[in-house]
Amino acid sequence: MPKLLTGAEIVFKCLEDQKVEHIFGYPGGAVLPIYDELKNHPSIKHILVRHEQGAGHAAEGYARSSGKPGVVLVTSGPGATNVVTALTDAYMDSVPLVCISGQVPTHLIGTDAFQECDTTGITRPCTKHNWLVKDINDLSKVMHEAFKVATTGRPGPVLIDIPKDIQFAKTKYKKPNKEKKLNGKSHNKFSQDQIDELVKLLSQSKKPIIYSGGGVINSGPKASQALREFVDITGFPITSTLQGLGAYPGEDNQFLGMLGMHGSYEANNAMHDCDLLINIGARFDDRITGKIDEFSPNSKKVHIDIDPSSINKIIKVDLAIVGDVTSVINKINRTISKRKNGHTKSNKSNIAKWWEQIEKWREKDSLNFINSDESIKPQHAVQRLYELTKNKDTYVTTEVGQHQMWAAQHYKFNKPNRWMTSGGLGTMGYGLPAAVGVQIAHPEKLVIDIAGEASVLMTMQEMSTAVQYNLPIKIFILNNQYMGMVRQWQELLHEKNYSESYSEALPDFMKMAEAYGCKGIKADNPAGLDDKIQEMIEYDGPVIFDCHVDPNENCFPMIPSGKPHNQMILGPNDQEENKIKGKGKALV
Amino acid sequence: MAKSKSAYSVPTKKQKPDTYIFVVWVDNEAGVLARVVGLFSGRGYNIESLAVAEVDAVKNISRITIVTTGTPQVIDQIRLQLTKLVPVHKVAEFKREDKDVIFKEMALFKVVGKRNKIEKCLNACKKFNPVILDETKSSAVIQITALRREIDVMNKKLKPLGLISTSRTGAVAMTRGAKIFN
Repeated sequence: MPKLLTGAEIVFKCLEDQKVEHIFGYPGGAVLPIYDELKNHPSIKHILVRHEQGAGHAAEGYARSSGKPGVVLVTSGPGATNVVTALTDAYMDSVPLVCISGQVPTHLIGTDAFQECDTTGITRPCTKHNWLVKDINDLSKVMHEAFKVATTGRPGPVLIDIPKDIQFAKTKYKKPNKEKKLNGKSHNKFSQDQIDELVKLLSQSKKPIIYSGGGVINSGPKASQALREFVDITGFPITSTLQGLGAYPGEDNQFLGMLGMHGSYEANNAMHDCDLLINIGARFDDRITGKIDEFSPNSKKVHIDIDPSSINKIIKVDLAIVGDVTSVINKINRTISKRKNGHTKSNKSNIAKWWEQIEKWREKDSLNFINSDESIKPQHAVQRLYELTKNKDTYVTTEVGQHQMWAAQHYKFNKPNRWMTSGGLGTMGYGLPAAVGVQIAHPEKLVIDIAGEASVLMTMQEMSTAVQYNLPIKIFILNNQYMGMVRQWQELLHEKNYSESYSEALPDFMKMAEAYGCKGIKADNPAGLDDKIQEMIEYDGPVIFDCHVDPNENCFPMIPSGKPHNQMILGPNDQEENKIKGKGKALV
Repeated sequence: MAKSKSAYSVPTKKQKPDTYIFVVWVDNEAGVLARVVGLFSGRGYNIESLAVAEVDAVKNISRITIVTTGTPQVIDQIRLQLTKLVPVHKVAEFKREDKDVIFKEMALFKVVGKRNKIEKCLNACKKFNPVILDETKSSAVIQITALRREIDVMNKKLKPLGLISTSRTGAVAMTRGAKIFN
């Protein structure tokens, strides 16, 4: 007779079979049987966070940087509700997470028991799927299915709610079933005809642009490889969304920089004027499109995505190819090389004029800023950070706000999975715990959280986690004493009424570092900045770097709300010119 | 143009909404209706009526029929979003005007009054297969099957004849001929 296992043992059996090495969690009454079992499974390391939201974001950082699903373990009630922000964040940014939550015993469900909440009800809209396991015989099946749902198709978070009595109950363990398909849902639904049609569009186009997104990253390193080949053989310009940075080398000449609200002038203008737009693994987010009616008005639009519901959701496209980015691009590349004679060469000369136009836009140098000898400009700080770390294989996370956009603009990523940021949900407080997760996945690598002082305070407690596990994460705070992006909007749109966006009574980050038991570094003038960044990089342990920057700096260029791509506000240099021409005011 | 003070774009021109009926086959498990209905409320889709019951006890399948309104783009989204739900097996949708599909609602009317009024009620319902489910000297429960707007009309018409309570279902649908939804 096969051995009977408890629910808690089954949970770990499943985690072992799914090759899980790390779980991020926080114990509590309703998960104690699982925590009790932890000691018997040396291959699985538990990382104790300081708040369940931190566990979720750490698991996101872990998943994004490694390509493996992140696993979270929390208790019932507040444990589960605290993780909701992270689940929603993962849902918006398509990050595979498996969250296991404890629940009150089945006979107490619905009685308002201590630390009871309707976890599956609360998390239903922010997970791909969730399960409440009321029968021990379902547990192993549900656990395996959870990993499958989280990691296949468009990835995302799932949650398994396990009542405490189920954790104690015993049954036989079932291994994962390899044949099982999710209701027969396969993800590659494209045909050779569609590929042929795309190739035809490629050869006819005179003003093409490739717009790639997080789907390329999620499809794995092979997708980035295929994308690079595709860009190389077509000679087309490529721009990327915030989440897609790193899929194509940021320093390459064919890369136009990020597009969208704070994207580059050349990328946005190329999007507006192109005659062929190829969206690869992106979703026409509203931060990207600007005004829908005037979005890329004269182009044929192609959309490659694994999620059929992304197609025609916001922008109607002419050709939709539903499938995994790696398979689709590889197929395109093979099809092109089969007809190489004629195609590649003729097409490259077709688009020579287009490149001339793009170079003209490039001359605007839209990421420029007026540097200063007296105060540290935040853009300058990011640029220096990049210059001093680019020779290492550096992983960067961010919080949300101006610093995030400056990081996206001025830090160049040459490999996928090196850039972890909260795009869809825009969660302040994401970066520090995400850096914890990244460092767990890559213990030998340099991991930097480019942060704002307001964001980082939201999850500051996770410094304790970093210190406990000796994770040498570097928290690089661009401290401008404001919620900078809020302040910028108030300046541009609300007549400089800086309502509640100034942070009074900020903590002394040096003392805070000391209190947490890590190193604090402070920089407040440009002269010593490089040495201090170097000191941060060389220090073997967690660092809080308090970089005091010019509090009045705004993030440019920018597409104001309700405007199309070709009506950007440019930076201060350009605004000066415009004032002379009397056009300055009309632009804001 | 007035300066927008929003971090979001302003809504743009809209297409005309139409009425559609969705038929959804789902695993009959705890929470599945909440998933389907939650998708509609969460994404701001409208539900005009809803009917749900198990149709295959062996395979454990329930069939949900939802009447909704939306522009073609929204209807597309509803179908694609529904298809993504894990317990959803199949989704079919058609326009209310579609001649190849029958759909019906059922209503129960309780009429209280003298015999002649009840007779008048039955007469008025003639077109909609009236069935008397319960009868006393001074009351009757009448069942009819009809389209939504026909039931609306009857509901109004019977009020002066002693209608005191109406109970009605959501629409259910079936294809005509030998074809089935696919």
